[in-house]
Amino acid sequence: MISLNIQKRLHAAGGQMQLQAALEVRQGELVTLYGASGSGKTSILRMLAGLMKPDGGYIRVGDQWWYAADPPVWKSPQQRKVGFVFQDYALFPHMSVQQNLAFALEKGQDRAIVAELLDIMELEALRHKRPGALSGGQKQRVALARALAARPRILLLDEPLSALDYAMRQKLQDYILHVHRKFALTTILVSHDPGEVIKLSDRIYELSEGQMMSVATPEAFFEPGRIRADFTLVGPIETIAREGGRYVLRVRVGDNSIKLTADQPEIAHWTPGDRVELVSAAGGASLRRLGEP
Amino acid sequence: MEEINWGPLALTLQLAGVTTAILFVVSLPLAWWLSQSRSGWKPVVEALVSMPLVLPPTVLGFYFLLAFSPGSFFGGWLNEQFGLKLVFSFEGLVAASVVYSLPFMVHPIYSGLSGLPPSLSEAAYVMGKTKLTTFFRVLLPNMRASVLTGLVLSFAHTVGEFGVVLMIGGNIPDKTRVASIAIYEEVEALNYAEANVYSLVLFVISFAILLLVYLINGGYLKKHWR
Repeated sequence: MISLNIQKRLHAAGGQMQLQAALEVRQGELVTLYGASGSGKTSILRMLAGLMKPDGGYIRVGDQWWYAADPPVWKSPQQRKVGFVFQDYALFPHMSVQQNLAFALEKGQDRAIVAELLDIMELEALRHKRPGALSGGQKQRVALARALAARPRILLLDEPLSALDYAMRQKLQDYILHVHRKFALTTILVSHDPGEVIKLSDRIYELSEGQMMSVATPEAFFEPGRIRADFTLVGPIETIAREGGRYVLRVRVGDNSIKLTADQPEIAHWTPGDRVELVSAAGGASLRRLGEP
Repeated sequence: MEEINWGPLALTLQLAGVTTAILFVVSLPLAWWLSQSRSGWKPVVEALVSMPLVLPPTVLGFYFLLAFSPGSFFGGWLNEQFGLKLVFSFEGLVAASVVYSLPFMVHPIYSGLSGLPPSLSEAAYVMGKTKLTTFFRVLLPNMRASVLTGLVLSFAHTVGEFGVVLMIGGNIPDKTRVASIAIYEEVEALNYAEANVYSLVLFVISFAILLLVYLINGGYLKKHWR
């Protein structure tokens, strides 16, 4: 059971931001922190791992205090020993795949786990390769295997799949689910990909600009009423013409030119060349200029 | 032509070797501290480390001479406690050279450390590895080029010393008479042949050392040597 309630002043790209987060994760759960980049998701993960110190609040795991403001308690990352998968994988470039895994073992730990993880992650053939010679998906599997080598009870994943293409993401999501169950882990995943969130999580915490917005199950979270984008097309406007009281736009998407009609008056101020986003949602299609809320 | 006295050249190489070894040991923790620190003292330390780059060597040598002389507080204390005389002695040359070449070792190691992604050491910490283990087993092996640059440049810079050595070491054969001093001496005595031999050897050594650095940093060795 992870129980966390923390405050932290962050220096984000857009200036100062006050992060205020509270979450409860039961043992064996897979929970997602969902939100736009810069909303404070990664910072929460880093504070759980001991890589960043909160300004106030507490972090409690099981019956242990990992951090408390008063009376002051602080456990170093070395003492917490969570499994952590970094966004940039953080594989050690001078070690082979197998050495990366073996380095993560604790003193005196049975080395059999290395072979087992290489097998589970289908890394056998790559065991003697250096990270520099691996593809993104392979690196990701090594990072996941390495994070599990010391048999942590808690696994923290910081946008682990964001750099991968769609097919590779699907495959790695299966690996994550598999090891989450096999090793009876409590897993916290940071993600801004709705598909990934629905597929993987038991519960979702939504963050926006440092504030916890909601907690929900995946089914409830993406129900109609909330934003539910079935598909989104992005491209530049080719032409805008006025026909009667309506506007006719041509938007270039890939090799296609899509013809749309719109009666929103603001479209009169758009000009050809503007990049727009065409969103098909449950209630119909909508069009908005890219970069606008 | 008279028999060439190789003593000054041997002394130069010995001085450079000992200085480089000491600098390596001193600079690792110093560079690590600089790369981690957010202390208000960091700019002060950085400025002090870089001082030998801009100060005339005679200024350094002059203050070493004052500090190390047995009449001074520090020099007297060293002499009493350890029987160490740093003026006009090889030990004194080593001490002065360590300070004089400090930036040439600290800067490459510092920039090597700063160039590594922070997640590398964080990954090791999360695995329960101490800072020391992380430094030697994760960080150092991934900045070999920076370390080599530091070693080679410190060695070369110590070979090229003149002003500091002249001020604090004087010109005692086989103790402080390094090649650069010997060249000056021979020219003063109009012994151009001997001065030329020393000069040529220093010229070739310096060129070879710098060539090595640029070969390695240009990735030439990596590409063609394996």
